[in-house]
Amino acid sequence: MSQFDAATAAVQAALDAGARYADARVMHRRYESMSARNGEIEELTQREDAGVGVRALVGSSWGFYAVPDLSDAAARSAGARATRVAGASARVPGPATGLVPIGAETGSWASGCEIDPLSVPLARKGDLLVHATKAARDAGADHAEGLYQIWDTAKWLVTSEGHRVDQHIRECGAGISATAIGDGETQRRSYPSYRGQYATRGWELVDELELTAHAERVADEARALLAAPLCPAGETTLILGSEQLALQIHESVGHAIELDRILGWEAAFAGTSWLELAQLGSLRYGSDLMNITIDPTIPGALGSFGYDDEGTPAARRDAVREGRWVGVLAGRDSAAAAGLDYAGSVRADGWARLPMVRMTNVGLEPGPHTFDEMVAATDEGVYMDNNRSWSIDDRRLNFQFGCEIGYEIKRGRLGRLLRNPTYTGIGPVFWRSMDMLSGELTAWGTPNCGKGQPTQVGHTGHPAAPARFTGVRVGVRG
Amino acid sequence: MTATEADLAEQVVALVREVAGPAAEAEVCVGHVELALTRFANSAIHQNVAEATTTVRLRLHLDGRTAVGSTTVASGDGLRDLVQRTTAAARACPPDPGWPGLAPPALLAGPGDWDDPTAHAGPDARADRVRKFVDAAGGLTTAGYCRTVLCSAAFASSAGQSLAARTSEAAMDAIARLDGADGVARLSSARLADIDGAVLGRRAAAKARACAAPVDLPPGRYEVVLEPPAVADLLVNLSMAGFNGKAWAERRSFAEPGVAQFDPAVTLVDDVLAAGRPGLPFDAEGTPGRRLVLVEAGVTRAVAHDRRSAAKVGAASTGHATPGAARLGAFPSSFALLPARAGGTASDADTARTADDTPVGAAVDPAAAALVAGVARGLLVTDLWYTRVLDPKSLVVTGLTRNGVWLVEDGELTRPVTNLRFTQSYPLALAPGAVLGLGPVATTLPGDGSGSSWTAPALHLASWHMSGGAGG
Repeated sequence: MSQFDAATAAVQAALDAGARYADARVMHRRYESMSARNGEIEELTQREDAGVGVRALVGSSWGFYAVPDLSDAAARSAGARATRVAGASARVPGPATGLVPIGAETGSWASGCEIDPLSVPLARKGDLLVHATKAARDAGADHAEGLYQIWDTAKWLVTSEGHRVDQHIRECGAGISATAIGDGETQRRSYPSYRGQYATRGWELVDELELTAHAERVADEARALLAAPLCPAGETTLILGSEQLALQIHESVGHAIELDRILGWEAAFAGTSWLELAQLGSLRYGSDLMNITIDPTIPGALGSFGYDDEGTPAARRDAVREGRWVGVLAGRDSAAAAGLDYAGSVRADGWARLPMVRMTNVGLEPGPHTFDEMVAATDEGVYMDNNRSWSIDDRRLNFQFGCEIGYEIKRGRLGRLLRNPTYTGIGPVFWRSMDMLSGELTAWGTPNCGKGQPTQVGHTGHPAAPARFTGVRVGVRG
Repeated sequence: MTATEADLAEQVVALVREVAGPAAEAEVCVGHVELALTRFANSAIHQNVAEATTTVRLRLHLDGRTAVGSTTVASGDGLRDLVQRTTAAARACPPDPGWPGLAPPALLAGPGDWDDPTAHAGPDARADRVRKFVDAAGGLTTAGYCRTVLCSAAFASSAGQSLAARTSEAAMDAIARLDGADGVARLSSARLADIDGAVLGRRAAAKARACAAPVDLPPGRYEVVLEPPAVADLLVNLSMAGFNGKAWAERRSFAEPGVAQFDPAVTLVDDVLAAGRPGLPFDAEGTPGRRLVLVEAGVTRAVAHDRRSAAKVGAASTGHATPGAARLGAFPSSFALLPARAGGTASDADTARTADDTPVGAAVDPAAAALVAGVARGLLVTDLWYTRVLDPKSLVVTGLTRNGVWLVEDGELTRPVTNLRFTQSYPLALAPGAVLGLGPVATTLPGDGSGSSWTAPALHLASWHMSGGAGG
């Protein structure tokens, strides 16, 4: 029995049980990770899972059921049970559920991959982490960590509207960090970012990172931070590096434009959004330099795919154009509820999870400046990069971020190293203060975006470049 | 006849002997989880999910090298494939000099908490509780979930350890909203019968109604009363960053066993065997769970270990191994701050509260009412949100208040307050002299559905640093 056969059987069983719409996702996923610490392997993990998840719509109510069994009987049982669950939802019904129309897609898609990461010998992958963490340890880190992760996902989607789509997505990435321990506090430096860099690419990405070549530097910087002066407290001009700005986009734009949050569907947990649909098309989100796209078609970016998990083909869309809010991340039901005519941003964390609105690649278009120009144009300020902590309220307005490293800026030049740099603000006020934006874009990957109940972990991409913001409160501490 | 989890675990151990030879050290965990979650928003059920998944996890140590593999394909071919690829991985990866060896055979110290009706509850039982929550909120907009979880698990190893247990959990966590202000009610229990949607709905609605027209307060240090959901956040962060045996061994934790780091009112206990806790009574390495006192009357006594972190410091595992602990470390996950007893110190028996003994209709949780009465000027905080650690050693945390904050003057709630951002060292907030009181009963709050739980009374603290107001 093929995967499409199992999905088809599940959908048919849901319809036979009374559903007016059903879809089924069969997935086969393989995951591998290895971590090293101070020149020794810490853990090698390989996971495999396979199953089918069925979503059924009865009246205005959804039901979902998933099993790790692709037999015809199990798939049919899952379909029928999804319909039964939907029937129970009708005890507390909502308004009529619609689905924005999309064509019955039939197709295949695969992410680009030069070197299959699962085929790279474990010894080679392990040696890389051992050497990189040993080099950082030898250079003075109290603790040096290295980690790579690989996901290989094959999935098959069938819907009762005629979709029949299969995809093969390979993702991987890696990073290292060095921690120095002082009296009463620790300092950490990471490369290439806090969690590493991740993409829908093969092992060639990890090769390009050259982890070992950066090990000594991150160890040196971690130790130097222990003796550096604290980031001063006050209001100043702030330049953010691209990795920190990627997380700023993720938290204060990406989540805010999720339509399910705007509609209140996540109110009890992830929260809502400060954005109101009536303002779509007119609200001033940021300065004229702010152009943000939703683009799952970017080759190699972590949030890329051929079709979302409802079968909508990947397409680029504006979220913010010249500072004005113009687009949302949507699914077929949320778009219908909002009176919009597009979907395409629904994804599920595996076969056992309900598809929901998620970020794809949400990021900035390049600006007209360079990092050097921004520093040269700043008489007094702070430069920060590489995330250390992140927190934002449930409406995605009030944020506070901590970075691993900061530098004083005086009279157009980078100066002293600063430790424990933090900054805080209100999303739209912050984005409206962006007065310079670099064209030096990197599509950062975030492999750990949590949302939903039960929790789902999403993989998102965020093109970002260094940018300058004015009148920002920095140096917040306990 | 369907194979039990114990059958599958023994089958994998036998396959390891066949494929990898008698010298291979193997531990096998088989877990069958049936998780069902009925989620509602805008006062209607909008997501209603269920799954039944069996996962087989094998950790294998062979010729000085270690690999971990898992699969949900529990057929004969699937298990053989798991053993073959994990064996191949162990042979191919670099050496593991920190391998701590397998846990020796040992009996369980107690069973898991199990309730048949909860384990086998259907979607109608969950939907009924949602219906009652929505109705009890009296027209306010509601959102949240009702969850039931069944976990049946077995452990077997080549060292002869063989264990099996099962546990159930029910939880409800939901808000009522009025003009953008939220009130929350949250409860976990081993029995779905303890989850009364009407009681919880009335409590959440009372809080939301009392939040109307909040005022902004300036940043600064405030005396606070934290209700149990907020205290649970302290437990989560103290557990993962502070009482984590690996972090402690590497000097990344504030914990100093033997030192009076906390107020004498503070006693922290991890106990998966306590009634109402949803976890399994053994860990991922097959070490039986037992009661562990982390802090006793303000004095730090212990940290949590798996076998790997314990071996590094010459200690014994405390039964806190989880998948991934080699990297993240072991930490308490059935964690409780003991409530006050007569005389004002921590109670020996951490009293868990269910919905049955919870009066409703007031903005103040009854567990916090007596503490609020003792505040001259301060804040009552229901919940904390999106907390993140700025520095693990000092455990400075930033986050926001959520689901209801009020100004307290002369022991009375005088006005609701808009949410505030805080930046606060958690150990310093609980330091000697900093705890002004504990509530008389503890509430068990839901974890993530994987067996963790956080049990806390209300907590009266002398100072909490609100670093930013609603305007940033």
